[in-house]
Amino acid sequence: MNIESRKRELFKEFAPRLETTSMLTKIYIGFLIVIILAGLYAFYLQMSEGQIVTGMRDNVVWGIYEVNFILLVCISYSGAFISGILHFFHTPWKTAIARIVEIITVLSLLIGPIYILLCMGRLDRLHYLFMYPRIQSPITWDIMAIITDIVACFIYLYLTFIPDFAILRDHCEERNIPKWIKKMYKTLAIGYQDTKTQRNRLHKITRTMSAMVIVLAIVAYSVLAWIFSLTLQPGWNSTIFAPYFIIGGLFSGVAFIIITMYLVRKFYKLEKYIRRMHFKVGGIILLILAMLYGYFTFTEYFSRWFSHKAIDTNLLDKLFTRYFWEFILANYVGILVPIGILFFKKFRTIKWVTIAAIIALVGVWLNRYLIVIPTLETPYVPIQDTRIDYLFYSASWVEITLSIAGIATFLLMFTLIGKIVPLVPMNYILDGRTAPDTVQNKDNKKISE
Amino acid sequence: MKENKAEESGTNRRKFLKLGLLSSFTAIAGSSIVTSLTAQEEEKEPAGEVIRLLTPDGKIVEVNASNINNYPEALITPEESRKGIPDRKFVMVIDLAKCKNARKCVEGCQKGHNLDYGQEFMKIKLLQDNPTSEPYWFPKNCMHCDEPPCVTVCPTGATFKREDNIVLVDNERCIGCKFCVTSCPYSARIFNWEHKAKFDDKSQPYSPETSVPGATGTVTKCDFCPDLLRQGLLPHCAQSCPEGVIYFGDKNEDLVTNGQETLSFSKLLTDRGGYRHLEHLGTKPNVYYLPPVDRLYELEDGFDVSEEVKERYKDVPYVQELKKQGKI
Repeated sequence: MNIESRKRELFKEFAPRLETTSMLTKIYIGFLIVIILAGLYAFYLQMSEGQIVTGMRDNVVWGIYEVNFILLVCISYSGAFISGILHFFHTPWKTAIARIVEIITVLSLLIGPIYILLCMGRLDRLHYLFMYPRIQSPITWDIMAIITDIVACFIYLYLTFIPDFAILRDHCEERNIPKWIKKMYKTLAIGYQDTKTQRNRLHKITRTMSAMVIVLAIVAYSVLAWIFSLTLQPGWNSTIFAPYFIIGGLFSGVAFIIITMYLVRKFYKLEKYIRRMHFKVGGIILLILAMLYGYFTFTEYFSRWFSHKAIDTNLLDKLFTRYFWEFILANYVGILVPIGILFFKKFRTIKWVTIAAIIALVGVWLNRYLIVIPTLETPYVPIQDTRIDYLFYSASWVEITLSIAGIATFLLMFTLIGKIVPLVPMNYILDGRTAPDTVQNKDNKKISE
Repeated sequence: MKENKAEESGTNRRKFLKLGLLSSFTAIAGSSIVTSLTAQEEEKEPAGEVIRLLTPDGKIVEVNASNINNYPEALITPEESRKGIPDRKFVMVIDLAKCKNARKCVEGCQKGHNLDYGQEFMKIKLLQDNPTSEPYWFPKNCMHCDEPPCVTVCPTGATFKREDNIVLVDNERCIGCKFCVTSCPYSARIFNWEHKAKFDDKSQPYSPETSVPGATGTVTKCDFCPDLLRQGLLPHCAQSCPEGVIYFGDKNEDLVTNGQETLSFSKLLTDRGGYRHLEHLGTKPNVYYLPPVDRLYELEDGFDVSEEVKERYKDVPYVQELKKQGKI
């Protein structure tokens, strides 16, 4: 059978990565574990000493933990959104990147909320959120949104994994793969035999889930924005915050996907599947989002500046003095430079699109920083305190270590998932919507250009 | 009805608690009943000295002196503290014309709530409304808003609004998410960033009405001292102020007192042009301010404080000018 031999071929192609771990990968994994251990030490310190070890104080009660939380959760939501759209509209070129997007979605959704937990003073009382819930609190909405989203994304990710688990189960016997992994493939494939009925059923469920994941992402984005915009604080109390967060989140999410695509392509030797075309499309999406995001950012600050309410003026003064460079980097460089790069066709190459994506991602992180921290430093009643750490926020080493540990955790989990399943979904390739071998030659030329 | 019942069982189960809020002119304004006593207190006590009390409806009742609840044994549990003192609507009026930054209210409050130096429920700000007008000292505590943003956003109900206007924090319920801190436009809330030995002092059982002992990783703030109110005393800040800046009282009775004089609340606001801070935000505070007109003291008198406290106000343009002129 043709399809059976294709499966075997694909398995042969992807199996070596599942079988052996190179020395370099081992060192890399070890390095990540060291960083994570440092993070765990910082966490232990924060738990035993209290949040005094962070840079947070009575005025700035949320620091870079909150910024990381917003960024990661937004990346996840946009991952869900994009993956849902790719699937729902049967986008032909989704094959190569769909799984990467799905893994990003789930991982950032697992790591993101850890940062909000780090913000909490009493982790031992976490269950109070469920024992004494108060429905009018936006935090309760956010918890419901995040939990629902985690469950939905897990189901969605798993659904897209099932046919691959079946292929892996059927073909792993003769290979040198640890027994427990073989067993895991068998369990996780839940008896999927790729019959016509099964395939149709799976397609139907996945399609429904992809639509749900899109809706959930929009809800979750909005609730996250409302945590800020429903307060009375200057710089937060804004009607456009929910859509602004959606656009900003999609912008950072697409940037993050492009960067991951670049790294995966390079280190997993997937040039055959992740092609220049993907970066080109990604670049165009990033360009459109950058323009929208720039428009939202402009509107947001312009109306505050033009109407010059006293408290808004105080905030803007702070942004243009103390946070001058951060503001320039976040809202000028972080938006205009990616637009400048991506606007020109000749710059839509793998390298330049990735550079634009890195600038965009850093810009969005800084933008979030400028949303959270300067507002808290500019309350209605002026801060008059002699303790310098109570006047201005600066992240402590504990916070920075834990932030880096979060990135390391992400990379480690991504690497480990890449050791269990191929990062390019085999079943999508088999669906035949793209036949890599036919375009391969043409595309290889393009890459070598 | 309740009082009658109390009269009947005055010698055993129930204990009385004085709530002579305006004690300067009312010997005993009323009494309220404290439920949920510990088992040992329920034992029948020997008849001793009998005290006569006046109930709010004008009846004289006789109760056993040992049944009068004495602070701090009068523990109000977190559950009870959610109800509030019946028929009261507590308000505070701060007369800015009399404040000279003596900081006695801050110190009294810190002592009363076992706070550290720098931890302040009552803060004194130096505000300047516009570049032309002179700045003024502005004592600021929790506004105990009728539309409290902090209560709306609390995910666990650790902070709550009571019938008697008071907004309290139950630090045994608080999860330390600090959302209330970010949503309060008056910066009234502070956080316990680290563990302190005094938190382990369990000699006094915790009550949200006293905010003592504190707890690591939870939010705390000005509580209007309901424990003192139940004893018919003024809050720590109002008691400590040598100038009588802080008036405290009951909106229902339309009376406020600073311990020296008792005035009609509504008349005071009308006559002196009382206002609420940041009225436009719609939080409906219960702390009122009387504008700083015809001041008793020069602004500079307020700089007779420690160097460190003086440093706080260095960013106010007016202060920089005063410094240039060598006045402070």
